[in-house]
Amino acid sequence: MTASKLNDFVIKLANVNGTGSASANGMLMKSIFRMGIPVTGKNFFPSNIQGLPTWYEIRVSKDGYLCRSGKVDFMVAMNAETYNADLAEVDSGGYLMYDSTWPRKNLQERSDVTVLGIPLSDMCNKAFESARAKVLMKNVAYVGALVALLDIDMSVVENLLKETFSSKPHLADANMQAIRMGYDYATEHFDCPLPLKLAPMDATSGHVIVDGNTTAGLGAVYAGATVTSWYPITPSTSLIDAFSLFCQQLRKDPETGENNYCVIQAEDELSAIGMVLGANWNGARAFTATSGPGVSLMSEFLGLAYYAEIPAVLYDVQRVSPSTGMPTRTQQCDIVSAAYASHGDTKQVLLFPSDPTDCFHMSQVAFDLAERLQTPVIVLTDLDIGMNDWMIPEIKWDDSYQPDRGKVYDAKQLKDMDAFYRYLDVDGDAIPWRTLPGVDSKGAYFVRGSGHNKFGGYTEKSDEYKDVVDRLRRKFDTAATLVPAPILNIDSTKPREKGYALLSIGSCDGAIREARDRLQQDGHGNLDYMRVQAFPFHKDVAEFISQYEQVFVIEQNRDAQLRQLLTVELEIDPQRLIPLLSYDGMPVSSNFIVEGVSKLMKQGHAA
Amino acid sequence: MSFLKKPNIAHPGLPKNEIGLTIRDYEGAMSTLCAGCGHDSISSAIMQAYFELSVEPHRVAKVSGIGCSSKTPTYFLGGAHGFNSVHGRMPSIATGANAANRELNYIGVSGDGDSLSIGLGQFGHAIRRNINMMYLIENNGVYGLTKGQFSASADRGSTAKKGDANPYSPIDPVLLAISLGCTFVGRGFSGDKEHLVPMLKSAIKHEGFALLDIISPCVTFNDHEGSTKSYAHTRANLRETVYADFTEHHEEIIAQVDPGEYKKITMHDGSRVGFKRVDESYDPTNRVSAISYIEEHRAKGEVVTGLLYMEESSSEMHSVLGSNKQAMATLPYNQLNPGSETLARIQARWR
Ligand SMILES: Cc1ncc(C[n+]2csc(CCOP(=O)(O)OP(=O)(O)O)c2C)c(N)n1
Ligand code: SF4
Ligand SMILES: [Mg+2]
Repeated sequence: MTASKLNDFVIKLANVNGTGSASANGMLMKSIFRMGIPVTGKNFFPSNIQGLPTWYEIRVSKDGYLCRSGKVDFMVAMNAETYNADLAEVDSGGYLMYDSTWPRKNLQERSDVTVLGIPLSDMCNKAFESARAKVLMKNVAYVGALVALLDIDMSVVENLLKETFSSKPHLADANMQAIRMGYDYATEHFDCPLPLKLAPMDATSGHVIVDGNTTAGLGAVYAGATVTSWYPITPSTSLIDAFSLFCQQLRKDPETGENNYCVIQAEDELSAIGMVLGANWNGARAFTATSGPGVSLMSEFLGLAYYAEIPAVLYDVQRVSPSTGMPTRTQQCDIVSAAYASHGDTKQVLLFPSDPTDCFHMSQVAFDLAERLQTPVIVLTDLDIGMNDWMIPEIKWDDSYQPDRGKVYDAKQLKDMDAFYRYLDVDGDAIPWRTLPGVDSKGAYFVRGSGHNKFGGYTEKSDEYKDVVDRLRRKFDTAATLVPAPILNIDSTKPREKGYALLSIGSCDGAIREARDRLQQDGHGNLDYMRVQAFPFHKDVAEFISQYEQVFVIEQNRDAQLRQLLTVELEIDPQRLIPLLSYDGMPVSSNFIVEGVSKLMKQGHAA
Repeated sequence: MSFLKKPNIAHPGLPKNEIGLTIRDYEGAMSTLCAGCGHDSISSAIMQAYFELSVEPHRVAKVSGIGCSSKTPTYFLGGAHGFNSVHGRMPSIATGANAANRELNYIGVSGDGDSLSIGLGQFGHAIRRNINMMYLIENNGVYGLTKGQFSASADRGSTAKKGDANPYSPIDPVLLAISLGCTFVGRGFSGDKEHLVPMLKSAIKHEGFALLDIISPCVTFNDHEGSTKSYAHTRANLRETVYADFTEHHEEIIAQVDPGEYKKITMHDGSRVGFKRVDESYDPTNRVSAISYIEEHRAKGEVVTGLLYMEESSSEMHSVLGSNKQAMATLPYNQLNPGSETLARIQARWR
């Protein structure tokens, strides 16, 4: 049975979508954050507008672990349809709260879970007039009950409501009334607070709560992007929404009111990427955002951009595939298709952000690399990073940043030269110089996806063709020296687990960090861990792998795509790369990694 | 170097335009199309139009899709940047390029396959967004580059070289464009440079999307008897309806008033397009009557040509979006970067 849990548990709220639960759940999470306790919120929602089940999972962690643990300590079961499954998910010794207005079968199926019934509908039906308020306020009322049960600071909740409804004070009052109702009921009927409870800390100052699509969109503003074109698709839409919104606030000319940006909603993804290429060719920083199905449609143009050497930035917010898959669930499933997006010998530069902080900073990195290398850069983020509420340290901006626009001859340089040829390797780094339309006729050339020689002219001659594609391969080697280096986590203060290491990308990071600590608490040695940040692989990646007998490659897809890429591109013996794969659509949990790695190590030792 | 470049020898006798350039300055690489291909005649009319308008070549951006027609931008205006993109997707390249730099002069060259089959969607949406560009469909009723399959503009019953008749009804880009709200729609014939050049000049000067459907016979795959896009058939069935006469802004004072002129439209820069009607009943400013006129004559097997519809009050994409007059691509970074203090302010809302 549960020992007392202070500032360290998971609350999961099971709702029906379209009932307004999101704002109540957000308020709950924010209140905990404002009590100074580390917290994150993950939303599991259906591809549907109204009527299907949706869950919000809040992890409270005094130690600052921000991934899914894989457990639920407190279930708020507001959805009768999912009640049985929700009850089954609660960890032994946990709690379940439900709306006791409606009787539930199987209510007491588990003797190891404490069930708390509150007549939420009853209370709200009596207290509120409008049909909409009756529904909405039920959610606020259960937050009120949790304030009592978990010992949330009531003044924090009150302030939050005042801020949220500063322009509509009557709504603040109604919400407060609902909070009080839930609170009073809980204090009268239960022994509040529960052993599972909160106490103020000072671990969130200097932090913010935000999702990665918001920071990526804002990052593109700071990178100096001026043109975006896109076609709506979950989970990338909110990235463009964020960019548009920030542009409306930050990118209007103060004198004329004119926009220093263009947002164009395209007719499809083929057009979206085409516009991005047209704009980049013309010297603007332009980007698009999409998900797997969109990348498939963009693939022909991505090949042209690779071959004709046109910069472009593409955010792929990955979701469960193949095909339409489970569009509102998360995966890291486009690694291979993005790396080789298009026909022929095409390779694309990829970046793997791990959280909203990375989404912001990698936006500048992406544009700088795209223009430096004159090639598309695909930022492979995912639904978990993009749409969930992450606690991150406040993002810092270096005002001395200047964009790297790469090798572009200006009018003066063109005037001073005899002739300009587009695809010459002038500097020996396999990156040619380019020119922009409208500057000088001496810089004029014809971009083509058809065979071209190093001068930019049409060719069907084998050696001339090979000359260009061989340079492109060398350019990829240059790329490997310019991309962000992998992040190495070695804790030399503790005994090391010899022979094994962990290697991963992106949003697995939080779960791996917690899992490493827990494995150590379980008596294992410390596992060295490398997080890869980009493709092509930086030289440190191969070097790292070479130091261990077995490296566990952790990723969120079925086919071990990162491992495939490592074996193919680095020619590593596949026996040494052991896959650990989570692909159920849920963000990978620390439990999954602890169990998986323990098992793999046991097998390894036995072998 | 293996690509062909014509030697650019200045002939002292050649006439110069207002910026001191001769027609040779508007040429490009040597054409590699079949001798007699209609597309080459169009390229020559394009050079003439830009020359007469005294446009600096480097202020033009050329875009195209894939096809024999889409190859042609290398054959004119060698001093302009060009972008030979992918099949059917030139409109999106043009849209993005225009978004980045509204100050350049855009010419898009496409084929009937490129625009009416694989690219029909992008074509329609570029019209809908009213991109400020001139868009040419070099229309030969076939896919030239893939050796003569029927395109979506082939007339029903028109026969292929090997004799098969096309069973499907055609898509007429002119009718389509007018119905989609295109603000400038004309049809010409590659074999009629005299009327093509003024129409091109008007299209270049038009603020908004200017479509010209130009019948351009494919001598290799679609110039036989039984084809409705051959030289002979086109000549026999052209119905010249309205001629456009283009007068530049500053020429206005000396321009003669032409008694046959029916209507004048003043363009955004003050230039004028004068319409001369061959058919008295035609009104190039009325969408509804233009559509029914073209339909009626199409039913009779006639190809209505001329500057068929024009509307100068339109708002092109940037005016709809409210963009800065200055090109996005040339905005300095300090005008785009909100700075660290703003970032701190934004993040205060995330607590
Ligand atoms: C995606 C794709 N599919 C098919 C082709 C093959 N292809 C090249 S040109 C062409 C047709 C061009 O026809 P049109 O636009 O009428 O140009 P024309 O050659 O007649 O001037 C086709 C189908 C291609 N290049 N790309
Ligand atoms: S195949 Fe037809 S369209 Fe192509 S170049 Fe020859 S004549 Fe012209
Ligand atoms: Mg054709």
